[in-house]
Amino acid sequence: MWVYEKKLQYPVKVSTCNPRLAKYLIEQYGGADGELSAALRYLNQRYTIPDKVVGLLNDIGTEEFAHLEMIATMIYKLTKDATPAQLEEAGLGEYYVNHDQALYYQNAAGSPWTATYIQAKGDPIADLYEDIAAEEKARATYQWIIDLSDDPFLNDSLKFLREREIVHSQRFHEAVEILKEERDRKKIF
Amino acid sequence: MTMPENYYKLLEKIQAVDFVLVDLTLYLDTHPDDLEAIKQFNQKSYESRQLKAEFERQFGPLLQYGLSYSSYPWNWKDAPWPWQV
Repeated sequence: MWVYEKKLQYPVKVSTCNPRLAKYLIEQYGGADGELSAALRYLNQRYTIPDKVVGLLNDIGTEEFAHLEMIATMIYKLTKDATPAQLEEAGLGEYYVNHDQALYYQNAAGSPWTATYIQAKGDPIADLYEDIAAEEKARATYQWIIDLSDDPFLNDSLKFLREREIVHSQRFHEAVEILKEERDRKKIF
Repeated sequence: MTMPENYYKLLEKIQAVDFVLVDLTLYLDTHPDDLEAIKQFNQKSYESRQLKAEFERQFGPLLQYGLSYSSYPWNWKDAPWPWQV
């Protein structure tokens, strides 16, 4: 089971109401390489991956939910004071019509989240390479959002998340090596 | 909702220590024999508990389902939630 902790993993501050940035950020909320996809991908793989790397998938998957909460907090803070006219001006008119100020799992272009964003191949190396690719894609997405953002407070939190993608990718690389070593050891005996 | 300055200060201290714990957890998942890292993990775990006890005395429970004590009346459900501060 999980235990909720009433705190964010890292502080999230925004300078000002900015629905335009929220529209881009939603890519990391309900997009293909976003935090929801990441959390569900890793936690789902735990059941069939070798014991040696279950812990890593469990713990990174759990951290992804903390990142999802940070992204939600950013979107919430960037839009909570926006008027319908401001949302429309930011390109969120269609979003407002369907959701008002509610958060929704969709990507920046408006496509709802879908399970087709994640794979479950059952082959540990294939699954871990998918995870590495997912982390690198998420890192790149954070970079593109930072490039479009002029909010220094928001960028501070986004840079934290970008760095976490790098660490996760490195840990998944190590997991691949651990499994290869185990495989090679089995061949010797 | 704006909270007293001390809320943010204490929370940030907790976030800093807990970040070390998260990062060390992932590191130890792939480096389980690193004794120095495990010593640091246990030290930071202790520090985290001390800081949280101090925070909770002033601002209420941080953890769900009995991992934090409650005062009277029940205050777990009280705002602010993390996205509101």
